[in-house]
Formats: sequence, C-alpha cells, structure tokens
Amino acid sequence: MMADSFSMDEKMSGRRKFLVAATSVAGGVAGAAIATPFLLSMMPSERAKAAGAPVEVNISKLEPGMLLMVEWRGRVVWVLNRTPEMLESLVKIEEEDVLADPNSEKNQQPEYAKNHTRSIKPEIFVTEGVCTHLGCSPVFRKDIAPADLGPDWLGGFFCPCHGSKFDLAGRVYKHVPAPTNLVVPPHVYLDDSRLLIGSESEGSA
Amino acid sequence: MSNLFNSMIEWIDKRFPLTSTWKAHLSEYYAPKNFNFWYFFGSLALLVLVNQLITGIFLTMNYKPDANQAFASVEYIMRDVDYGWLIRYMHSTGASMFFVVVYLHMFRGMLYGSYRKPRELLWLVGMCLFFVLMALAFTGYILPWGQMSYWGAQVIVSMFGAIPAIGDTLQQWLLGDFTLSDAALNRFFAYHVVTLPLVLLVLVFVHILALHETGSNNPDGIEIKENKNPSTGIPVDGIPFHPYYTVKDIVGVVVFLIVFCGIIFFAPEMGGYFLEYNNFIPANTLQTPDHIAPVWYFTPYYSMLRAVTVNFLGVDAKLWGVILMAGSVVIFCFLPWLDRSPVKSVRYKGPYFKIALTLFVISFFVLGWLGTKSPTPMYTFLAQIFTVIYFAFFILMPWYSKIDKTKPEPKRL
Repeated sequence: MMADSFSMDEKMSGRRKFLVAATSVAGGVAGAAIATPFLLSMMPSERAKAAGAPVEVNISKLEPGMLLMVEWRGRVVWVLNRTPEMLESLVKIEEEDVLADPNSEKNQQPEYAKNHTRSIKPEIFVTEGVCTHLGCSPVFRKDIAPADLGPDWLGGFFCPCHGSKFDLAGRVYKHVPAPTNLVVPPHVYLDDSRLLIGSESEGSA
Repeated sequence: MSNLFNSMIEWIDKRFPLTSTWKAHLSEYYAPKNFNFWYFFGSLALLVLVNQLITGIFLTMNYKPDANQAFASVEYIMRDVDYGWLIRYMHSTGASMFFVVVYLHMFRGMLYGSYRKPRELLWLVGMCLFFVLMALAFTGYILPWGQMSYWGAQVIVSMFGAIPAIGDTLQQWLLGDFTLSDAALNRFFAYHVVTLPLVLLVLVFVHILALHETGSNNPDGIEIKENKNPSTGIPVDGIPFHPYYTVKDIVGVVVFLIVFCGIIFFAPEMGGYFLEYNNFIPANTLQTPDHIAPVWYFTPYYSMLRAVTVNFLGVDAKLWGVILMAGSVVIFCFLPWLDRSPVKSVRYKGPYFKIALTLFVISFFVLGWLGTKSPTPMYTFLAQIFTVIYFAFFILMPWYSKIDKTKPEPKRL
C-alpha cells in the first residue's frame, strides 16, 4: 500500500522504534502525573483532618445501667455505667466460651483498657458505638434473655444490620459477621466526674 | 415539497451518514421474526433511562447536595415545587423499574442463551451496564440524606474497608473524610449526576453497536444469519426492526406505562420496597435504625453479605461476606464460558439445566426476601443454604450443561 520503499521491518527498526517507545513512556508518565492531583484532591481535606478535637463528658449524673452517647470525630462514642450484675455477666460469659476474643488480644483498645472489663474504671465502659463489621451502630440491649436474642443473652450490644453480637465489654461473639471487638477510643479521667474522650493526657484537652 | 425534503436529505447524506445509519440500525436491521414477550425489556430499559435522565435534570434544579440541606430540599421538592412530587416519584419509581426491566432482560439472556458465542462481548458490556446501574442506584439513594441513605452508604463504603492492607486508606479516599459526612454526600452527587450517567450512555451506545454487529439472538437460539436469501443476502427468518419491532415495542411501552403510572399515582413507596419508611427520617449519625435493609433490588446480595459467619482459610467472615457479595454479581460475567451445552435456548436444553435455572430463580427470590428481614439464626441458616444453591448454579454449570440430554435444534424459525 505504502508508496515509499520502506519495508515494515525497516520502518520500525532502530531509532524509530526507540522514539515510539520513549514517546509512549513519556506520555504515560505525564498521564500519571496529571492524574495525581485529581486523585489526591479526594483525600480528607485539611479542614476534615483538623476536626478531630477531643470531647469532654460529665459522667457524674450517669446512673448505673445507663448509656450516654457522645459524638467524637463524627462517630458515636458510648459511655456505659455498668451495674454489679452487668460486671458479673462479663465473667459468666467468659465461662460459656462464646466470645471470639475474650482477652482482647487484637489491637482494638489502648493498653490501659486491655483487661477483663476493657476499661480504666471497672464500671465505666467507653467504646465507639460502631460495629466492626460494616459500621452500623449496634443497639444497647440490656434486657436478659429477650425473645429475639435467645435465652442465653446476658445483655450486650446487638447490631441490627447484620446480626453481630457483643457483650457488655464490647467483646464480639463467635460466629457473627463482625471480626473484632468494638474499638475503645483513647480516653482519660480528668477527675471523678470529668471524662475526656479522644486524648490520653489532660494537657492536650 | 417532497422534492425539497429529498434534496435536503441528499445534502445531509453527503456530509453525514444519516440515511445509511437509519437503514443499518432500523429499517434494514434484520431481527429474527420470532421475538416474544421477553424481548420487550431492552427497549423498555432505554425508555426508563430517558425517564431517569429527564426527571433527574429537573430534580437537580431544586436539590441541594449539602448534609445540612439535602433532606429539607427533597421535602421542599415534594411539598412546595409545582409538580415536584410527580417528578421525584417518576425518578424514584424509575429507579426500581429500571432494575425490574434489567433483571427481566438478563433473565431473557439466561433463558435463551443470548450470552453464548458470538455474543460474549455483548453480554460483558451488558454486565458493565449493570454494574454502573448499581453504582447509580447506590449513589442516588444517598442523596436524600435520610436514615437509610446514611446507614446504607455506611455499610457499602465500609465494605471497601474490609480489603486487606489498603482498605482504610481507600475508604478515606472514597469518603473524603474519616467518617461518612458532607464531603461524601457532595461527591456522590457528582458521581450520580455527571460521571456515572456519562459512562452509562457510552456503554449503552457500545451495547447497541455490539448487538447490531452480531444480530439479535431469539427464543430458538439459532443464528438467522446462517440462512440468507442468496439473491438479496437478507436472512430469510429476519424482518426489519422498523417498522415491525418498533410497532411491537410501542405496545410494550403502553403496558409498561400503565403499570408505571399506577405505581407513581397509587403506591409510590410500594409498601416500603421502593422508598423505605426509615428514609423519611433525617440522617442521624448517632443511631442506626432498629431494622435496616437495602432497597429490594440489592437484597439478594445483601443476604449473601451477612450469610458468612465463620472464618475459614485464614480469611475472616467479614471479608468473605464482601467477597461473596461481589462474586455473586461478577459471576454472571463468566456465563458465556460456563455454559457448555450444545444448544443455546432453554427450549432445546435438557432437564438438568431447567432444574438448575428454576433453583437459581427460587434462590434469588428467597435471598431477596431474606435480605428484607432482620437476621435471626433461622434466617441466617436459610441464607447460607440458598447462597450455596445460587453459586452452585454457576460453578456446576460446566458439568450439568455438558451431560444434559438436549433436543435437536430446528433449522428454521
């Protein structure tokens, strides 16, 4: 077809082949370079990053058995004042061997909450109210042995989305979709009634 | 007058392939003469697409993609904008009807083996259309910023967080924030009204081009192009799409619009299946509704997502659920290569395929129904059984379709 005397091999040999390859590579690099700012513009903005300030909660009026909801970083954090019966249920449930990670081996809590009650003070339990499955907020079900959750239910948190179950220390049951215990956020007690969520020291409040 | 018209057409044809395009795709596009009821749904999908585009444009004129204003702006459309309620109900009903016609369109392909050679690419382009449609439905459902919008989006976006290693960063990149917030609503609006509709339109164009290259399949599953009139080169069992099938499709359109208007005027919420009651409550970031379920067209996949409750092969249940859910949709793409039957159409396939297809349809409906229910141990167990049946339909197909006792195909339609 071509009117000139080049054969296909000659056309694509040596210098021409190199130039085609070099142009393609340079074009590819330029394409990736121009895509970068667009893709990075979709990451959380500086304003979103700055919005993570700690929140202070007054827990002096939190009666035993009551749950307080606090918003921190756009997420719900629960503060639960556990009754002695609730604390007993934590021991009982361990004996039943229904929990996936009863000793909090997985890193879902700060070091100071890696204990049997997953808290600093045994009765006050602070946790993110976000299911570790797909981010729904579980429901606080303190009723014992309700019809829908069965006779073995000792109180805890039930996720309505996909049926995951957690005990009153946010420890996940075996054979539910959620893989890990509820996350305990960093927190510190400023005094007996003031709790700071989102920070581990009084200084950064 | 007709002379002026003809010379105008001639003038255009020298500059743009108007007459030749009309002939190639309508008046001289030969389709098999035996199309039945199942062949309405392609053109109906096109009709619903046009409905969505037009009503969608008018909705954007009053909607505000802002977490503080979105819910109120939708209520404003419903109460204060003249005929706003009609335009919104046309759009919301259109979304559900889009899935109705697309599911029936896909089922037609499965009945008559329309995915088989030489239509593999046509089927794959169709699958891409289905994925984009799902993304459109998902992003659109977020926009009213009600409780179901918020928590549905939370669940879907969290699924990306289940991907090992890159999950958390990917999730932040998708949301533009550390949690689901205004940033995400704003960008999902951009996807819903610009990005995805553009992609959808391009894919529809490619889908139709691919169809007109291979020609339509038909209920008998034999190729009309293999039997052409030697003098004209026209398939002897083919009839021109226009006027024969355009007129037939108008009948389908009329019946469809009767149903469509019936829903819009008498049951726009469709008992909570098309518009969920919880979505009439503004998004509350602190509390998940007691019962959440996706809109009906996603419930079969949603059932599979939550059916996995045990860890195995070193992968936790959460990731398995996400893999199964994605797999349950993607697996349709492999149909052209899974089906080893010597015949295409269900009319000539044997009992194994018919039983398998029946079980598949049952499992699709049961999973869909389970997805609307709260997960109890009994329901989870049922979901597990039907998930296995659903996947078995595809995975065992190379065997049962091969050993099945088929009937001989006819030579002519």
